[in-house]
Amino acid sequence: MAVLVDEHTRVLVQGMTGRAGTFYTDLAMRYGSTYVAGVRPGKVGTSHLDLPVFDTVRQATEATGANASLVLVPPHKAAEAMIEAIEGGIGLVVCVTERVPVHDMLRVRAALRGSETELVGPNSQGVLAPGLCKIGVMATSNATAGRVGIVSRSASLTSEIVAQTSAAGLGQSTTIGVGGDLIHGIGFRRCLELFKDDPATEGVILIGEIGGSEEEAAADYLASVDYGKPVVALVVGRHAPTQRRMGHAGTLAVLGGGTADAKVRRLQDAGAVIAQNADEVAGLMRQALGDA
Amino acid sequence: MDLPEYQAKEILAQYGVTVPEGALARSAVEAENRARAITCEKFAVKAQIHAGGRGLAGGVKFAATPSAVRDAAEVLIGMRLVTEQTGPAGEEVDSVWVEAAIDNRRNIYIAFVIDERKGVAQLFGAPEGGVAFEESARADPGMLESLEVPRDGDLSGVDVAGFLDRLGIDGAAAPHGAALIAKLVRAATETDALLVEINPLAILSDGQVVAVDAKMVIDDSALYRHPEFEDIARAAPRDKYERVARENDINFVKMDGDIGVVVNGAGLGLATNDMLIDAGGRPANFMDIRTTATSLQIARGIGVLLEDPAVRAILVNVHGGGMTVCDTVAEAINIAYSRSARKPPIVFRAAGQNASWALKIMKDRRLPFEPHDDISGAVKRVIALAKGAE
Repeated sequence: MAVLVDEHTRVLVQGMTGRAGTFYTDLAMRYGSTYVAGVRPGKVGTSHLDLPVFDTVRQATEATGANASLVLVPPHKAAEAMIEAIEGGIGLVVCVTERVPVHDMLRVRAALRGSETELVGPNSQGVLAPGLCKIGVMATSNATAGRVGIVSRSASLTSEIVAQTSAAGLGQSTTIGVGGDLIHGIGFRRCLELFKDDPATEGVILIGEIGGSEEEAAADYLASVDYGKPVVALVVGRHAPTQRRMGHAGTLAVLGGGTADAKVRRLQDAGAVIAQNADEVAGLMRQALGDA
Repeated sequence: MDLPEYQAKEILAQYGVTVPEGALARSAVEAENRARAITCEKFAVKAQIHAGGRGLAGGVKFAATPSAVRDAAEVLIGMRLVTEQTGPAGEEVDSVWVEAAIDNRRNIYIAFVIDERKGVAQLFGAPEGGVAFEESARADPGMLESLEVPRDGDLSGVDVAGFLDRLGIDGAAAPHGAALIAKLVRAATETDALLVEINPLAILSDGQVVAVDAKMVIDDSALYRHPEFEDIARAAPRDKYERVARENDINFVKMDGDIGVVVNGAGLGLATNDMLIDAGGRPANFMDIRTTATSLQIARGIGVLLEDPAVRAILVNVHGGGMTVCDTVAEAINIAYSRSARKPPIVFRAAGQNASWALKIMKDRRLPFEPHDDISGAVKRVIALAKGAE
């Protein structure tokens, strides 16, 4: 088992015929994931990587039963692609595109309201259930199927923690990169909910950083439920140079993006085990699971 | 991209927002001449930097005559202004904005903000703006009024009227306030602004509303559709190191330590600097090699570190993922070192995709490096090297 994806996940790729689309679709299929179609307006009837290509998401889902989409299109086309997938009723949309304009993401968020779609990203490395399904651009060499769910804002740090948990014999149930952008799809809180209900996930590693309010929302959620599984949290950026702030920055300061220390405190108060640095995350999870 | 006051005001004025008559000056004499062209009883002379908090830090001066404007500009231009938002190093003032000082009846705070918690754009306002706004809003966040901006930007007249009323913009000022909000939302939406802040917004006795100070932050990711900002964007990074890095797809923040840090990915970069500082080291920079950077671009980023005489040792911590692989970084180090006369020792930790290949490149090119398997060990060793260990 895993969250968001499973052995029945059938992936279509928006932007499959491009250079990045070709490269990452090919890698994901070699990994054993089920990819069923590509979408590229104007190319209906052709095939690419032995998969049929369609003009629209709707055509592709009707013809192939695709239920997940990987969005790999340039930034200026990414919002339209996500909205098309949401309106096409795709259950899971994963967008790895970086630098999608924030105002475009406001439109995507409006499209998400009332839909059944879970959006991961943009600027996400994707979702990986080792051995079952890869939707994204992450490396898989160190990933092993296992017991720990990982949710993260950072791709590079996820690679690091995946390698550690594999080396520690824990493995991963699913890894989810929620993306580092200001406005994105699902966040830490939703991922924690999903992991809570997943029998394969025995513990969750949450990798946060300064800025935004993802970690605070996660802490509020953990404090409000009997989570039943250990959560190990690493929040990086404790010593980051304070970013320059604009204007009187009043609203931002008041609403705002907590410091790493404030996030750590909130998570700790909510019952999470706090890792002081990236090297000790897997060890703390082993202890929490009673393996040490 | 942060826009200083005068650019934000120029943009807002294009959208019909009333701003005080003013002009930019880069010297004291120029400031005096600018003042002579403005008709008013009192002038404001305002340091133009890319950070707020100027009023409290002495960056805004008032003057009654053009020659007093010159004196004020003389003091401001060339000074390093340290405000709550600049950090301890401050920012050098290279220009001032000279404008007609507004005899405010009341000061309001109003801003267009992207609210990441809700995933929407919001207007925020407070009935008391001005220099002390931030402190009072922090003490009492309840004083902030908000109004969600619908996706099409089409705010309902009733909602706007209620919002203005809660801010105390009523009577003769109400229609001016409503017009201002429409202009503000249009300006923010059409320029891809992440923040437009008007503080203070002066309410004059006849009900007119005037943006006395304004700041804007434009979304860097949307600059491709705003050729009008190209010149500003090019000039934006204030530091030459940060400029080189920006041109080469690397996020780079200069710090004042002696250990150069080369890391792929923002999260790993933050984690590495945390560990370095916890262990008593002093990073010379924060670096995040973006996934799209090539080895030549990364080499230019590393070149910046090699040029910095304060850098005594380099810590490389890369975790090869699906996009940036370790050998790309090793190639970049080789290119940068072959171009540089200074060759500080490298503590090299590579994991993940193509790590062993990267190590082979480092060995074959005879780079002055020591391999390490874990981050803690690498951090400890690079601190020792920076302190002069053999």
